[in-house]
Amino acid sequence: MSMLAVEVEKRLGNFSLAARFETAGGVTALFGASGAGKTTLVNMIAGLIVPNRGRIRLDDDVLFDSGARIDVPAHRRRIGYVFQEGRLFPHLSVAANLDYGRRMCGLARDGAEMARIVNLLDIGHLLDRRPGKLSGGERQRVAVGRALLMRPRLLLLDEPLASLDGARKREILPYLERLRAEVPMVYVSHHAGELKRIATSVVLLDAGRVAATGGIEVLDKATAELMA
Amino acid sequence: MLDLSPDEWIAIRLSLKIAFVATAVALPFGIALAWLLARKNFWGKTLLDGLVHMPLVLPPVVTGYLLLISFGRRGPIGAFLADHFGIVFSFRWTGAALSCGVMGFPLLVRPIRLAIEAIDRKLEDAATTLGADRLWVFLTVTLPLAMPGLIAGMVLCFAKALGEFGATITFVSNIPGETQTISAAIYTLTQVPGGDAAASRLVLVAIAISLAALVVAEWLARRAGTRFHGE
Repeated sequence: MSMLAVEVEKRLGNFSLAARFETAGGVTALFGASGAGKTTLVNMIAGLIVPNRGRIRLDDDVLFDSGARIDVPAHRRRIGYVFQEGRLFPHLSVAANLDYGRRMCGLARDGAEMARIVNLLDIGHLLDRRPGKLSGGERQRVAVGRALLMRPRLLLLDEPLASLDGARKREILPYLERLRAEVPMVYVSHHAGELKRIATSVVLLDAGRVAATGGIEVLDKATAELMA
Repeated sequence: MLDLSPDEWIAIRLSLKIAFVATAVALPFGIALAWLLARKNFWGKTLLDGLVHMPLVLPPVVTGYLLLISFGRRGPIGAFLADHFGIVFSFRWTGAALSCGVMGFPLLVRPIRLAIEAIDRKLEDAATTLGADRLWVFLTVTLPLAMPGLIAGMVLCFAKALGEFGATITFVSNIPGETQTISAAIYTLTQVPGGDAAASRLVLVAIAISLAALVVAEWLARRAGTRFHGE
């Protein structure tokens, strides 16, 4: 059985999204031009936007089913979300930001896991700082750590590198590649090069519709068509 | 010169007590209302907003009179509270605290509302995805981020409560030791021959308390500010 199955419809003003895809796990790239509906789609998986119609299933759990009137609230979905702008809590230290998800999910304190993730992302020297004092790259690494420490069943990353310059992107990508062993991911980007390094399967989104699905060869075909 | 008489000390202590109690009791209502006005759309919102601001524009005597006929011993609310909970407002310091709280309420609500409106709701969404339900989002994200507004509102409300005169004297009169605050005492002293020296002493005290409140507020606001931007 697929790990994540999504079949949703949503109208937002003039924009309409009707997408259907399934993934087996690994890193699913959600690829498409800006305005294709990528963020809307991940927001529906996270539970931040309610679809007009459809079903979302994660493993054996139905998260949303308009027919059966099921809509698991976002705070009970246990889906980690790394936003484009990080969205760290400005009033909390980096350490408190990292610990936030664990506290809210009612998980036991686990120093070893905290140390492991901090190590994985190289953020040990930042723990006492405020998010306002972090560089863009540091901020995104902390955001990733915060999402991982809630022990998510799925990690959503929405253009996590978009706010960074080229050098910073190269700095973060190795960390993201390390995550592949940690948790299944849905990785949103309009940047094919980034996705090629990290994705295991691809869903190509175009104007609110799924245009193609498959392996990373979909990325090449889509970019070739864009060039043509 | 600041050789305060026992009566003057009583007025000062009473003023501080009334202002503290008025602000503290008004605060939870103020936060709830500020949140409601900042975040929710509902029928009668404009009316509610207007009602909250009424004490700011009405003559204080009118507010005091309205309190008297509703919260007085024979007023509908006053009689209910006295019969069922033993809470009596008329001619008691509690009544002074009520009128001060009502007068300070719009000054309390406004900065909190503005602070809540200024919060980036995306941060609240982030908290939701991390497992926080609505109450926890409010307690761990919304409220701490609105702290500068909370401090500003509390100081304004406290200052208003400290200086309130018209509504209080109309509602609970001017009884030394029970409802006679600094303002009322100064007023009384200006009405009797030879009261000038005592009035001046109380005036100085009023200035000192107000300045101290401002300094404390500034310090608190700075602390809240550096918590966001500094280390």
